[in-house]
Amino acid sequence: MIPVPPRRVLVYTIPIALLLFVLPFVVAPYQVALLTYGLTFAIAALGFNLLLGYTGLLSFGHSAYFGMGAYGVAFIVKYFKISSMEAFILGGIVAATAVAALFGFVCVRYTRIFFGILTLALSQVIWSLAFKFFWVTGGTDGLRVPTPSLLGVGMAPGQDKMAFLAHRYYYYVLVIFLVGVAVMWVIVHSPFGKALQAIRDNETRAEFVGVQVRRYRYMAFLVSGVYTGLAGALWVPLNGLTTPDILHWTFSGKIVFFTVLGGFQTFFGPIIGAVVFNYLETYAVGHTVYWQLVLGVVLVFLVLALPGGIVGTAGRVLDRLRKAA
Amino acid sequence: MSLLSTKALVKYFGDTHAVDRVDFTVTQGELLALIGSNGAGKTTLVNLISGLLRADSGQIHFQGTDVTHQSIHERIAEGIARSFQLVNLFDQLSTLDNIALSIFSREGKTRRLFALADHDSAVQDEAMAVLRQFGLEGKARMVAGGLSQGERKLLDVAVAYALRPKLLFLDEPTSGVSTREKAPIMDIITSIVRSGRITAVIIEHDMDVVFKYSDRIVVMHEGAVLADGTPDQIRTNDQVAMTLLGTHV
Amino acid sequence: MDTFLIHLLNSLLYASVLFLIAGGLSLIYGVMRIINLAHGNIYAVGAYATAWAVGRLLGGAPVVLLYAILPVGALAAAALGAVLEPTLLRPLYKRAEEYQLLITFGLLLILEDLIRVVWGPYPLSASSLFEAPGSLTIGETIYPTYNLVVIVVGGLAAAALWAFVYKTKFGVILRATSQNMRMASALGVNVNRVYVQAFTLGCFMAGLGGAIIVPQQGAVLGMGPDALILAFVVVVVGGLGSLEGALLGALMVGVVREVGISLFPEIELAVLYLMAAIVLLIRPAGLFGRA
Repeated sequence: MIPVPPRRVLVYTIPIALLLFVLPFVVAPYQVALLTYGLTFAIAALGFNLLLGYTGLLSFGHSAYFGMGAYGVAFIVKYFKISSMEAFILGGIVAATAVAALFGFVCVRYTRIFFGILTLALSQVIWSLAFKFFWVTGGTDGLRVPTPSLLGVGMAPGQDKMAFLAHRYYYYVLVIFLVGVAVMWVIVHSPFGKALQAIRDNETRAEFVGVQVRRYRYMAFLVSGVYTGLAGALWVPLNGLTTPDILHWTFSGKIVFFTVLGGFQTFFGPIIGAVVFNYLETYAVGHTVYWQLVLGVVLVFLVLALPGGIVGTAGRVLDRLRKAA
Repeated sequence: MSLLSTKALVKYFGDTHAVDRVDFTVTQGELLALIGSNGAGKTTLVNLISGLLRADSGQIHFQGTDVTHQSIHERIAEGIARSFQLVNLFDQLSTLDNIALSIFSREGKTRRLFALADHDSAVQDEAMAVLRQFGLEGKARMVAGGLSQGERKLLDVAVAYALRPKLLFLDEPTSGVSTREKAPIMDIITSIVRSGRITAVIIEHDMDVVFKYSDRIVVMHEGAVLADGTPDQIRTNDQVAMTLLGTHV
Repeated sequence: MDTFLIHLLNSLLYASVLFLIAGGLSLIYGVMRIINLAHGNIYAVGAYATAWAVGRLLGGAPVVLLYAILPVGALAAAALGAVLEPTLLRPLYKRAEEYQLLITFGLLLILEDLIRVVWGPYPLSASSLFEAPGSLTIGETIYPTYNLVVIVVGGLAAAALWAFVYKTKFGVILRATSQNMRMASALGVNVNRVYVQAFTLGCFMAGLGGAIIVPQQGAVLGMGPDALILAFVVVVVGGLGSLEGALLGALMVGVVREVGISLFPEIELAVLYLMAAIVLLIRPAGLFGRA
């Protein structure tokens, strides 16, 4: 990847960010809430793609960190009776990072298919525990999470929950999302980020320029876990409930899905992919019981026909138009 | 003064004695050529010294330090670097970034997560200077995967050189390029090595290149050192001529 | 002693089915270097097809006839495999592993719903086959005879597969291709044909697993992905690509699960996954794997 100068990135991103800020005044609350879901998934995708796109590791176990983010929040509610969003975020990130620290330590010894299977098997440990220890986790019923206070300010008495989610909560998530994007952008363009890409391209040579491959993979794994945990923590108040479904490995599959949908070889691809996937899934679920079929067909088509994903393909089309002009 | 020395270094692959009790020394400041037929154990010896392979027995001393059991990055920190026979680059990174990574790594900056690599002008300038030395400055913004074979061979050496090693191993730096390109590539490499006062060991098959550029030649055969001497001594060594060329002088 | 015997039989029962599923997964990986995430759904198709044939199609037919059509699930799965390999997988062999995994994940989603389309959202049962042979008494416990049928079929399938892979000409070609695809190709092996045959055989095994267990357990939505994960545990323990490994892994998982269910039911699954993780740590290629 040839780096794009920051100034040119800002030319594209600032108008989009501004657009996102005025959105609640333009579209219906339901649409805004939907986008909020999309943004939380996008944060997970950013974290996931640090591993896939930049380090060359395909994790099939990221449901564990997303889920730990969500359950971390639910435990704070259950055991500490706190409903401050800042505490939620802290709890979610701590829970997800703890698990990522443990699993990552084991997983970074492997690459390719073994890395995928190992991350998957370990994530299923968490799923089965959440599933079976129902007196802690609520089992398949899950745990409820109330609408939190944001920066100490709770929901006004009598306020409609949807209005809250589509307005104040949306802005809260949006700000965190934008900061998260900026930080990740810096990380992938930092010397550390270059070292990760070097590992992805050529592990042996990376070792021979002095990069300690395993240690760097582990650091990438941790950062990835923090992002995915943050995403889970932001997602759960939207959903109001966390169930073992988000810990199941098929949820990891969805994270892989939307990252590839957007294009994992680009920085912004996974963000677009997550938002688009969320619309696609919501639309499919709303219109047919056979929504998995719809998603499956889209995925198969994508892999066969558009391996660059949305952003990768759009980039190639733009290049071709520019050359033709 | 000896910079590096191995003592009774051994590496077996099954029954094959790839490196068989080799005593090998490199003297500070020299440009040494390591020659021998295919399978003589040259690359295995370099792999053992650089840390890609672990020796079955024997010792490797570098500047008085025993590096036999050190990891790859520890040996790099000591000042041992290498290039590869089959080009080993970061294909999706730009040519400039390939070099910059070596410099970041050398300066311990790859641990920095929250600083933009492109904004470290000291590193970028140095990387550009290295590219200029190797005649690759025009390709700085191209991805390494898009370079020609000759350029890739040069970049492979440049990546190792940018680590500013004390001892540089170059494994067949001109293999896989056309005969016409060989001499210019060797000219570039040797002038950089000599002007940078880097001690270098070059594995090479082309005897013209070997005799033209090296100060000393070590000949390996079937895992052992067969001969060791100046180009003139090796040229007139009957045993070497027998084993390498199958003819008497 | 009797309880021990019953636990042993239960372990074997579970191991038989797991071996069929995981053996197929491992065979496919061994030859084609592809992890088929939809493999569990192939197993589910086998279960559904048999339950449908036994329960709906020929509900009133004599039991003997029903036993004769038991393998219909295996054949359905094999047919599905024979169609899927050339159409979906073949275009991807030259692409990165990520895409191969993803397309099989897409296939998983598709098959999950196709099963629902074809056989409806409710569980199917073939319990008449389970009940027909009655039960026998072991000590003071009553044990279903059908379970023994499953164990015997599993054992026979393992033996037949071993003979097939090690004693037939096709087996030689299969192993040669798995060792070195290019070399086999250079020696005149039609790699495309070997791939479709191996994939079909792998699917046949998974389908057979589904077919023989469905009288005992029934067919439900979601059974595929769950079975896949257990099959992963088996192949990780035994070694990807190794049939002996799949056999050993299936036996280990069968025993550990049976012990787990009776001693520590809450963490029985977690223990299985941890077992896989620990084996991977100690022997990355599994107990029988080639690194």
